[in-house]
Amino acid sequence: MRILCNGEAREIASGIRVTDYLNQLGLDALSVVVECDGKILTREEYGSHALQDGAVLELIRFVGGG
Amino acid sequence: MALLVNEKEVPFHTGMTLADLARAQGGDAADILLVNGYPATVQTALFDGDQCWLWKRGKVPSADEMQHLLYARHSPGVQACLQEKVVGIMGLGGLGSVVAIALARMGIGSLLLVDYDVVEPTNLNRQQYFVDQIGQKKTTALQDILRRVNPHVSVVTIDRRLAEDDIGVVFKGVHVLVECFDDPAMKAAGLRAALHHLPGVFYVGASGLAGYGENNAIRTRRLYPGIYLVGDEVSAAAPGAGLMAARVGIAAHHQANQVVRLLLGAENEAE
Repeated sequence: MRILCNGEAREIASGIRVTDYLNQLGLDALSVVVECDGKILTREEYGSHALQDGAVLELIRFVGGG
Repeated sequence: MALLVNEKEVPFHTGMTLADLARAQGGDAADILLVNGYPATVQTALFDGDQCWLWKRGKVPSADEMQHLLYARHSPGVQACLQEKVVGIMGLGGLGSVVAIALARMGIGSLLLVDYDVVEPTNLNRQQYFVDQIGQKKTTALQDILRRVNPHVSVVTIDRRLAEDDIGVVFKGVHVLVECFDDPAMKAAGLRAALHHLPGVFYVGASGLAGYGENNAIRTRRLYPGIYLVGDEVSAAAPGAGLMAARVGIAAHHQANQVVRLLLGAENEAE
């Protein structure tokens, strides 16, 4: 199935959960804010929310330092 | 015909000297005398339009005097707005200490500062603390610095490690929340908490400011209406790419200026 991630079309496994998708991208889920179809996911939803075909994902990734 | 004495207009009469101004001021004798930016003495003759400063060494400006100084520098409209606003800062390291000092210098009304950490020797390469503050709580150390910068800013500190769930409670009611954490997980937590629990509060976060990369790669990006992210978004703090005063300072001052822009309505949030 296809999703749009930060404006780019991506082919992903059907029904994959957000945490697993972030891990596939090599990202630490804890350091990413996820907007899915216009909604900001809560921390708890990362593990439970399964991506649907056509989902529009915006990832805001943070790096350390302050 | 007039002089500007300590930023206030005073009528000028031909033949006036600084001694006349000092006498008119009364009280403690001023021992710092400046005319048009240069050191002067009580005998110095004055001319129409001169800008004079008479100050007693060590005197702390009153709230009125400080306000007048800021009015003269920033314009009354700008200052009247800033001095009514409350800004929260999460984390008082290289970003937070710089943001707090910049906002205090600009005469922000109130600061709510939260950190759990103590000043360590390794902080001094970029954070605004002093050698004699090593071992102090950052909340205490920064409060002392801010008192010396502008004693009329109301500063409230909370010495505690923030968690995602309490950010919305601790910072309820601030006008702007500035995220200055070091830990990327807390940076993400801060943004999530603001988006979920602080509707109507402006937010300025930061990510990507380590090393000595290009100045202009640090930018201020609008994520959502009233929600901004400062940094190059890629330069993580890591061995060999440490946090350095200059670049952290660039990012911190992006944040501080973005706070001012938001408070003064310079951002068109409808766009």
